[in-house]
Amino acid sequence: MIREDNITHKIDWVTVLLYGSIVFLGWLNIYAVTYDENATTSIFSLDINSGRQLIFIAGSLIIISAILIIDRQFYETFAYIIYGLLLFMLLLVPIVGKEVGGNKAWIGIGSFGVQPSEFAKFATALVVAKLIGSIGFKIDNFRNQLILFGLIAAPILLIILQKDFGTALVFTVFLVVFFREGMSPFIILIGMAFGLIFVLTLLVENQYYLYLGIAVLLGLAIVLGRKKFKRIAILTAGALAIVLVIESVDYIVTDVLKPHHQNRIKALINPDSDPLGFGWNVTQSKIAIGSGGFLGKGFLKGTQTKFDFVPEQSTDFIFCTIGEEHGWVGSLFTIALFMVLLLRIVFLAERQKNKFARVYGYSVACILFFHFAVNIGMTVGLFPVIGIPLPFFSYGGSSLWGFTILLFIFLKLDAHRMQVLQRL
Amino acid sequence: MNEGRREIIQIAFVAVAIIFLIKLFFIQVIDRRYAELANSNAILKEIEPPVRGLIKDRNGKLLVFNTPEFDLEIIRKEVKTLDSAKFCEVFEMTIEDLRKNFKELRAKREYSPVKPTIFIKQLSNLDFAKIQDRIDEFKGFYIKPRSTRAYTSQSMANALGYVSEISKDKLASDKEKIYRQGDEIGQSGIEAYYEKYLRGKGGVRYWLRNVDGIVKGPFDEGRNDTLSVPGQDLISTVDIDLQEYGEFLMKGKAGSIIAIEPATGEILSMISGPSYDPIMLTGRNYSENFVLISSDTNKPLFNRPLMAQYRPGSIFKIAQAMVALQEGVISPDTRFKCDRSIIGCHGPHSNEDLRGAITHSCNPYFHQALRRMLNQGKSNSPFDDTRIGLDQWTRHISSFGFGTPLGIDLPNEKGGLVPSSAYYDRAYGGRPWKFSNIYSIAIGEGENLVVPLQMANFAATIANKGHYIAPHLIKAIGDSLKPLPQFKQRHYTTIDAANFQIAADAMQRVVESGTGQYRAKLDSVIVCGKTGSVQNEPRPDHSVFIAFAPKENPKIAISVYVEFSGQGARAAASIASLMIEKYLFGTTKRPQVEAYVLKGDFLD
Repeated sequence: MIREDNITHKIDWVTVLLYGSIVFLGWLNIYAVTYDENATTSIFSLDINSGRQLIFIAGSLIIISAILIIDRQFYETFAYIIYGLLLFMLLLVPIVGKEVGGNKAWIGIGSFGVQPSEFAKFATALVVAKLIGSIGFKIDNFRNQLILFGLIAAPILLIILQKDFGTALVFTVFLVVFFREGMSPFIILIGMAFGLIFVLTLLVENQYYLYLGIAVLLGLAIVLGRKKFKRIAILTAGALAIVLVIESVDYIVTDVLKPHHQNRIKALINPDSDPLGFGWNVTQSKIAIGSGGFLGKGFLKGTQTKFDFVPEQSTDFIFCTIGEEHGWVGSLFTIALFMVLLLRIVFLAERQKNKFARVYGYSVACILFFHFAVNIGMTVGLFPVIGIPLPFFSYGGSSLWGFTILLFIFLKLDAHRMQVLQRL
Repeated sequence: MNEGRREIIQIAFVAVAIIFLIKLFFIQVIDRRYAELANSNAILKEIEPPVRGLIKDRNGKLLVFNTPEFDLEIIRKEVKTLDSAKFCEVFEMTIEDLRKNFKELRAKREYSPVKPTIFIKQLSNLDFAKIQDRIDEFKGFYIKPRSTRAYTSQSMANALGYVSEISKDKLASDKEKIYRQGDEIGQSGIEAYYEKYLRGKGGVRYWLRNVDGIVKGPFDEGRNDTLSVPGQDLISTVDIDLQEYGEFLMKGKAGSIIAIEPATGEILSMISGPSYDPIMLTGRNYSENFVLISSDTNKPLFNRPLMAQYRPGSIFKIAQAMVALQEGVISPDTRFKCDRSIIGCHGPHSNEDLRGAITHSCNPYFHQALRRMLNQGKSNSPFDDTRIGLDQWTRHISSFGFGTPLGIDLPNEKGGLVPSSAYYDRAYGGRPWKFSNIYSIAIGEGENLVVPLQMANFAATIANKGHYIAPHLIKAIGDSLKPLPQFKQRHYTTIDAANFQIAADAMQRVVESGTGQYRAKLDSVIVCGKTGSVQNEPRPDHSVFIAFAPKENPKIAISVYVEFSGQGARAAASIASLMIEKYLFGTTKRPQVEAYVLKGDFLD
């Protein structure tokens, strides 16, 4: 058998091409946000975000080369060490970090800042993949499940300490990976139920109304259902558990979440709960997207996405620019690009011969999907305003590099999938 | 076992994408509302500032309220052409001023060409009537009403404090984003301390405008609007009539009057002299007047009742007497010779018991009493013995509320100083010290420092026979009709009630036959008081007087401190007795005393 060692022949060029297209489109849109017809600033000028993003893109190329050169074994072997290092950096953030936009998520190195939480995603994906991929690992085993949850809970807790609630939420998407690997869907259902109760608790000002509702439902279930002691006991225990969850949500919301997070969630449910802030953002974001129409106003012709109508225009609300300047067709194209990328990654994951690479591939797909769904969801008013970037698209070095590392480690693993077989 | 799960995940991915595309199709293609809104930048967001809470006096008389003022706002992007000559004529400004305003506009932190930004602050009411008719001629400019503080009385300025525009620093540290640039915030006094109750919560209205920027009605039928929530009203403990009378008496003097209702700790009046008219620090003249007032050498912004730290003088002898009694080193019948060789004295007396010593304010008596207190022979070393005695003394004296801020509901309260052994260790730099080094604290001179509020609180503590409630200015917040919880709490001293009784008896004699007899005495009610004069060589003494009345079931406790006005028996005692008379009977019937007080002018 002829061994072709050159990585350029084995890498999945479809994914690379998709990646390149999205990064390039992102860069153009970042320029469109800052574009001012009266100013003559070049797209390459370091005074504006597009110029700086170009430097981040150049940095990504270096990172990609490094990832592809490093031996495939490295990522599996050193998964725990990489994960430990990232946790340590996350731990450092509240101590030595600096605050940007209400979140203390940055570590500064000179004038340059990095967000360790952006890199914690691939590190966590590596350990999760390594654990599930280890010989004799059974996902039904309760002890194994506890360890898995521990692995994702650690970064979540540390990131919540930085008050970056949005990024912390991303790690819950590993539940989908566990589901793919055979964990009972019941656990995901519990997770979703928690989310539902969470939203309800925010929606209802006074949680005693909720308690009343639960009591009424419980009463109905007992009166109308079969009157068996065991059934009644289970129902009552369930109701008490829900009350407990509500109380803890109330605690999280009032004591853990920062006011700006509370407002973002409340603004989705009821835009006038925070008329000065995030309700305004969502309204303006929808106006910008909505005004794009079917074909859009044309590149650099947008009016709503300039003049700071929507804050964080080039990071979290970058999708507005596409919606306004390129209309529904542009939105369709962008969403389609992401869909093809996601489905391609799933396809690649499924063709892996070893479990480590497959689990890692699914982690990549799920993390990217979560960002995609939440980010676009919030700009069109379907999700709360949770400040997480659109992968490869939004302005920002840490996020671009974090996602690039995440994706290209997988492409590296994929390129060598046949070697695994040979070894066995 | 995992068959179909891959498909479920793929279907979920695609489903979300399809949901997004449908939603996008609705807002981009089907619903044309957004396009229309965008075409004219059509939604105007108008912030409705909250109405600040009112402040009333203890009898329900209005003290502080709000009156409308008008700002001129600009939305820069809408100003296409501007007839600057006409603009200058209407707004009575020069072309240079106009240029300056435009330049400053761009420097503003929250400036955005599409959002309303303040262009001219606080057009006066008079300008407004004229401008109102012509504002439509200037596209992109809007008149925005706001309210400013107004006062029914010219007094109480320092206690009330003032509001003004929030500073850049405060705005930057406002993490919860409660304030916006241009908002007013309480800067001192009650306005600052009760800011979170007074400020209320801003509302917002969304208006729909056409291409010309003319408002066509509420956006989305007003469904997204919120009403502003007015701030909570406060009821003060101050009796404004008494307050005004006190300020009338303090004209031309520097110092303080504080009157407290002993049972509740409610401050009936708190005068800081010299003062200013609170209306000066409101509206468009704020900046100009602030410079004027803050550069006045008599410091009208310095709130003397809680910020001026003085040596207490002879009124401190009451505390010394009670501490010595409590420690059992003297009894009411203990006599000391008035030996004037170490410490001077005044008046003809030679061998007094405790009551006599207080009545005549005998300095050597208290020098002896403190010696017994500090040197109780608990150690053979005179240094260690003094240290043991002083630690006891510090504990007792501190229990009267001296040495630390009492916790009044105003910012910047000072605590004064009660010297402790640690203090003297520092002061003597490790060298030993004993009684002969520190004896001047015996008569309220030396290192002791108190603020006038603590003196009034001391009088209230004697009136209560052993406890006090932290003095405060607000007795009811909003609908709760309750003060802050800490103003319900009693603080007990380390002294027995019996010893307070002895002190009260002696203070009665001070007024009836001692140093205070000529001016402090009232015919129909027993006043208990103590004079003091604090030395200021070479200038005249500060005049001090504390008192409470009636002796049984006291209704008012008071401290008066007049700087550089000579013996306490004169200016301070006269003022205190007039204030007591005014509060207990509603009027004063001693024009000769009043005339004497008003005659005194002790300012530079």
